[in-house]
Amino acid sequence: MGLFTKFEGLAQGRAELGALGIDPFAVRIDKIISPTEGVIHGRHTILAGTNNYLGLTFNPECIASARLALEHEGTGTTGSRMANGSYSGHRKLEEEMAAFYGKRDAIVFSTGYQANLGMISALAGPGDVILIDADCHASIYDGCRLGGAETIRFRHNNAEDLAKRLRRLGERAADALIIVEGIYSMLGDRAPLKEIVAVKREFGGYLMVDEAHSFGVLGERGCGLVEELGIINDVDFIVGTFSKSLGCAGGFCVSNLPELDLIRYASRPYIFTASPAPATIASARQALRILEAGKDLRQKLHENAELLHAGLTALGYTLGGPPSPVVAVVLEGKVAALQFWDNLLKLGVYVNLMLPPATPNGVCLIRCSVSAAHTSEQIDAVCAAFAKLRAKA
Amino acid sequence: MTEYERILTDMTKGLAPFTKGRVEVNENTELVGDLELDSLQIMELLLFVEDSFDISIPVSILPDVKTVGDLARQVEKIIGNT
Repeated sequence: MGLFTKFEGLAQGRAELGALGIDPFAVRIDKIISPTEGVIHGRHTILAGTNNYLGLTFNPECIASARLALEHEGTGTTGSRMANGSYSGHRKLEEEMAAFYGKRDAIVFSTGYQANLGMISALAGPGDVILIDADCHASIYDGCRLGGAETIRFRHNNAEDLAKRLRRLGERAADALIIVEGIYSMLGDRAPLKEIVAVKREFGGYLMVDEAHSFGVLGERGCGLVEELGIINDVDFIVGTFSKSLGCAGGFCVSNLPELDLIRYASRPYIFTASPAPATIASARQALRILEAGKDLRQKLHENAELLHAGLTALGYTLGGPPSPVVAVVLEGKVAALQFWDNLLKLGVYVNLMLPPATPNGVCLIRCSVSAAHTSEQIDAVCAAFAKLRAKA
Repeated sequence: MTEYERILTDMTKGLAPFTKGRVEVNENTELVGDLELDSLQIMELLLFVEDSFDISIPVSILPDVKTVGDLARQVEKIIGNT
């Protein structure tokens, strides 16, 4: 077996896409105009698949902060924080994130992917056990694999199944790490966190919640599902990303546990990675200030999410979950889904196409992500495009 | 009957809904090659096996499971460790 033999399946899949003349995984945005508009294939396009939930990528204050940091601190840090030192902005952002969540401390990572990789792999190694929701993101699975802990899946959003598996662990349950997400990225559905917290109280263990798609989106102040449900103090580790609601890049973990600081010395994805660039840190800090200043953006986001969800429901589409900033349309058949996605693009609407095995339950999904920056006219235009394709079907 | 044989017998019976009678199942039957199970069906099969034997199967052992016999040996190992 040759080095590249394992890629034969991928090559075949790509050839099939080539035969159809559609490649949703190689979209080039020729020009980005605003958080919600771009030019793709020479066509003015509404962007409804960017995870730009609060629409802050073009926020003038964030851009000004980033520009200032760029001019005063340079384009990059050229090294890791452990080996080459932290900039003051890195630590200030950690202090601000900890204060925002009312937690003892925070660690900032270079990406959201690395936040999961870095936290999970450092926390749980050989001899430890992790229980993860079956629909968790790849970064969570990869973190489990990197650490080498025994990893057990439980049925998606099923606290009873989690309890069953903790019971099977016996005394080991008390030190198990349980990992779930606030909003799941594919279908936009939420974790039954209150039930999961109740199970954790019964059996013990530590709970980590990934709020990648719910930080800045849910809760009175935007802390996420943990805040919305009033269980922020029942969660041991909250991880998330700056790349979605805050419109830049980076990841974080906040915790009340004093051992959090030790993670820095044990986490290979933290130690052996270049730290976030000064402009990225500056824009994240500014975006956090905007998040703290009020909930108008969140309100607008939820209004838009309701509008799109209601519009697509009225058209008769099957949706993956209740209204949320992720609105996923379930379609039958891979080729039909590919053609649907391509036709939407031709109608000037960019969304995400999600195919098995990346999707839960083997479904094909047209995944829209809503932004506070979408105008109601843009949401109407997205619905109109879906209506045209519904009429064709 | 050994523990392995008992597990294999129970598992073979339990596989019936997944084979739909198309293939005669023995310890050398491949889950993907012979039964043509896709990743979703394998997930369902594992959940079924876990509930049947009241165990949890770690994700890390899955790359080593190709046949029904491989799965039965893993189940035997997990039962032996509990």
